[in-house]
Amino acid sequence: MTREIPAQEIIKVVKDLCVDANYNLGNDVLLAFDQAIENEKSETAREVLRELKENARIAREEKAPICQDCGLAVVFMEIGQDVHITGGDLKAAINEGVRQGYEEGYLRKSACNPITRKNTGDNTPAIIHLEIVPGDKIRIIVAPKGGGSENMSRVTMLTPAAGMEGVKDFVVNRVKESGSNPCPPTIIGIGVGGTFERSAILAKKALLRTLGERNPDPELAKIEKQIFARIKKLGIGPVGYGGTTTSLDVFLEMEPCHIASLPVAVNIQCHAARHKEAVI
Amino acid sequence: MSRGETQRGSDIVLLFVVRCLLSVVQYEHNELNEHNEHEQLEEKMSQQIRLTTPLTTEDAEKLNIGDKVLLNGVLFTGRDAAHKRLFDLIQDGKELPIDIKGQVIYYVGPTPAKPGKPIGSAGPTTSYRMDPYSPKLIELGLKGMIGKGNRSQAVIDAMKQFRAVYFGATGGAGALIAKRIKKAEIVVYPDLGPEAIRRLEVEDFPVTVINDTKGNDLYVEGMRQYAEE
Ligand code: SF4
Repeated sequence: MTREIPAQEIIKVVKDLCVDANYNLGNDVLLAFDQAIENEKSETAREVLRELKENARIAREEKAPICQDCGLAVVFMEIGQDVHITGGDLKAAINEGVRQGYEEGYLRKSACNPITRKNTGDNTPAIIHLEIVPGDKIRIIVAPKGGGSENMSRVTMLTPAAGMEGVKDFVVNRVKESGSNPCPPTIIGIGVGGTFERSAILAKKALLRTLGERNPDPELAKIEKQIFARIKKLGIGPVGYGGTTTSLDVFLEMEPCHIASLPVAVNIQCHAARHKEAVI
Repeated sequence: MSRGETQRGSDIVLLFVVRCLLSVVQYEHNELNEHNEHEQLEEKMSQQIRLTTPLTTEDAEKLNIGDKVLLNGVLFTGRDAAHKRLFDLIQDGKELPIDIKGQVIYYVGPTPAKPGKPIGSAGPTTSYRMDPYSPKLIELGLKGMIGKGNRSQAVIDAMKQFRAVYFGATGGAGALIAKRIKKAEIVVYPDLGPEAIRRLEVEDFPVTVINDTKGNDLYVEGMRQYAEE
């Protein structure tokens, strides 16, 4: 049996998610701030963390964006194979939702032509990742992504001999070189395997996890913890003023790759870690 | 066991005990030193200095990395596109639309203001994109820049030579920072939208000194204090 979902409904849900994500920082991030304030060694760093907490509180109360960079609208959509979308084109509906959300929510529009730098004016096109899954529902995740932390992200093709040690070194060096630029404390999404572009999508998807949620594979979970421990030792600290809280969590996803390659992607997420989801 | 061997055994034990005691003392000494150093930096960081713009050379010179400063008065906003236009005017020998002597430029592209508010969320943007233009502006009398992230050596050198400072505002704290901005108006380049040059009136706008007039860098020093790898 197919289930009909009107495109209008998708517009509305995407619009609300854009606004909700930008105004309301997730509870997992707020909890991570609290934990970091407790464990952080530097008083300056604790003060910055308290500021970030206060900033999130003001944003929620005043219905204001957490950060002025309201990001490009990254939209993940899992569409049940028994769904039939009616009354319009799916991609147009997503973009319309983004357009309305960014306009009516007083969000900053940051999409522009890469060369002329001319702003598209309505924060479209959204970055859309579609997946067909079993079932008759649609799961929509909106994850606005700021430029500062996205600019520090990288993809590399390691030689297979580099192995997991090579992966760890690449990630830790990337975080170190990024320093204060991606607004630490950051969240690190790592994609290992697949192809060039697949590793990047894995890294981005990893960022959708709730803080504290480990990879179900105990081996990979262990590696996440090891990388986290090494990043902690870098000393960059919140917004880069020095301290022990450089990242809030490290998420790693892995998939098989070509026998000749070892793709690795690191997607850095700033503390304005925004993602909200809905199922229709 | 002969007497000599017993003697040697107890000598070893004694040596071991002395070593342990010494290393404890040494450890405590290190801890103490480290602790003092931390305290000094922390103490320095908790002082708050109030300054009103425009800034003088003396204002800039007395600031040190880690100083917490509350800025009052006027700030001008500008990002890449506005900087490029100012820079092009300078290159062509034309007059700038704003007098930048003693002024402070805030690298920000705010969100649209909601009705009744002077400005939307307004945290700092990454500064390195302004690096190609900053030395020239500093040479012309710009005294302060507010942003986030590292500056190039050329900018740090210009700050040292012409006595200017680089302040950091807390990246990502856009909603909090907006509350310290009392008035905002576009003064030039309205066509640039969020990137237009605005004149902001601020009260106790919170910043931290990242690069001072002596060539120091808080990012380097702060990280050095806590780095273990
Ligand atoms: S990196 Fe994140 S927190 Fe920092 S300015 Fe950009 S979006 Fe905001």
